[in-house]
Amino acid sequence: MTQTTHDELIIKGTSVRSRLITGSGKYRDDRLIKDVLEAAECDIITVALRRVDLDRSEESILNHIPKGKILLPNTSGARNAEEAVRIARLARAAGCGDWIKIEVINDQKYLLPDNDETLKATEILAREGFVVLPYVCPELYCARRLVEAGAAAVMPLGAPIGSNRGLRTRDLIEVLVSEIDLPIIVDAGIGRPSDAALAMEIGADAVLLNTAIAASAEPVSMARAFRMAVQAGRLAYLAGLATESLHARASSPLTGFLNQ
Amino acid sequence: MNIYERIQTLSPDQIRQQLSGISKSEVEYALGKSQLSERDFLALVSPAAEPYLEEIAQKAHHSTRRHFGNAVFLFTPLYVSNYCENTCQYCSFARQFTIDRKHLSVSEIEEEARLISSTGMRHILILTGESRSKAPVSYLREAVSVLSEHFASIGIEVYPMLEDEYGTLIRAGVDSLTVYQEVYQEDVYAELHKGGPKEDYRFRLEAADRACRQGIHAVTVGTLLGLNDFRVEAFYVAVHVKHLLDTFPGTEVSVSLPRMRPLVSDFPVPSPVNDRHFVQLLTAFRIMFPSVGITVSTRETAGFRNNILPLGVTRMSAGVSTAVGGHTGCGSTTQFEIADTRSLSQIKEELLNRGFQPVLHDWNSKLLSHDVI
Repeated sequence: MTQTTHDELIIKGTSVRSRLITGSGKYRDDRLIKDVLEAAECDIITVALRRVDLDRSEESILNHIPKGKILLPNTSGARNAEEAVRIARLARAAGCGDWIKIEVINDQKYLLPDNDETLKATEILAREGFVVLPYVCPELYCARRLVEAGAAAVMPLGAPIGSNRGLRTRDLIEVLVSEIDLPIIVDAGIGRPSDAALAMEIGADAVLLNTAIAASAEPVSMARAFRMAVQAGRLAYLAGLATESLHARASSPLTGFLNQ
Repeated sequence: MNIYERIQTLSPDQIRQQLSGISKSEVEYALGKSQLSERDFLALVSPAAEPYLEEIAQKAHHSTRRHFGNAVFLFTPLYVSNYCENTCQYCSFARQFTIDRKHLSVSEIEEEARLISSTGMRHILILTGESRSKAPVSYLREAVSVLSEHFASIGIEVYPMLEDEYGTLIRAGVDSLTVYQEVYQEDVYAELHKGGPKEDYRFRLEAADRACRQGIHAVTVGTLLGLNDFRVEAFYVAVHVKHLLDTFPGTEVSVSLPRMRPLVSDFPVPSPVNDRHFVQLLTAFRIMFPSVGITVSTRETAGFRNNILPLGVTRMSAGVSTAVGGHTGCGSTTQFEIADTRSLSQIKEELLNRGFQPVLHDWNSKLLSHDVI
């Protein structure tokens, strides 16, 4: 495992050991969060600012997050760039740090992110010194603009939020992995550890998932399963996967005559 | 097409005819789909779907888990005035009934707010009867400004208003609107709402649209179960929800399933909905609209509410009094008799024991208020 000890993920200058990021919502009991984070060995945890009671710190979900973790507040509930910017500033003012996951959703049916508005919010917040992680539909031109805007990573969705449909956008994510010089963090849609492993195998730098752990019958075991899947996928990517072939090697090759 | 025109194109007789023509295979087809059409919804609420209730419930349960996890959002209503100019036979606040009429002063509202807020409740829903003279928009606006000192999020369930009136209240801090059409079938509605401003079916039907146009964060719609054929009404609600999702994709839409409870009058419930049918509706809405919130009120008993939690319920009222001034103990007549009398802390504890997460804070009007930053 000597290879992986040097295999750090760097996000805007901050070195992160774990390539699994998880959320804090949807648990049957917030007290589970601590055990899940331990089992998942996460360094970063995302929390919806809309769920944080800023007026009553004793009731706050933040109390269940162990110290030493990087808090990644998200702008869930924002419908446009302006609202996302406002929520991000509130998060910072509330002591949640400089990291922000931009989530701009203006469609409650599909819960797909609005890339244009996300880009606008990224431009503004990056200028204000935030470490901006935008959640987007995987799209090359948008990703390039996010790089220019000063994003710290790009977070393409694997499938719509909460769908557990796996890596439906695989081909588009592969384009981002190959073209974008920022960490690519696959966010949303990952339902099984094998989905997470696949995301890592194709070269994603990390995965963010919540429902698959939080809504499982045994969240702590599931967290461990995802940790192992992410590590396995990463190791496989670094080791270099053998190319796939649909066909067995032909015993009478079509070009055999060239050797005669 | 606006929602009024759309509802008008759907005659109740046509809907009933379609309902009775639905076959088992159509139900199975709807159950196998990931995105349902209006026709598929009709299949799930049809008599043909009744033998499939367990299968439908399983599907609804899994869909809820994926979209909402174990979270159940809690809120409480605050009745501030029960003066009403309407004559709805099914409501205790109707003008023809002799009841204790009460109207809270702003300082009384503050007292109630303090008490409710001390239980830990963070989301409040303001309720009034329909009386613009007793509870004008200016009064509601004052109420909102007092309540925003004590609560994270404020909703209104009051008489339908003009668009700019919604705008005024939204800017004052209201972030959600609840408006039940009560009955979507227009001739039945007309029969039940003679006299009083509620006569205007269309003004009520389009209230949610007006608030959405003013940028409200969330709306809840529904029918009062028991007043009319529940399958026909459920279909109209589904059409309304779909209209709102299509027209205002950014607004969080919820559906509520209030079922009639005993009142001061001896109004007989015209079309009672039994538990089995209630579950059929609940699960059909969940499967049709996976990301839409579903509210169940304290009109249902504690035991029934516990049982239906895994089937798609995402929002519940808790610690409820339906009397004006009911929290501070000098309450008026109640609007309806509540069946679940548990306090907030009892409900929280029971949710946790059943593997659900009580969510007291899911939005804060400050998140979008213009004067914060």
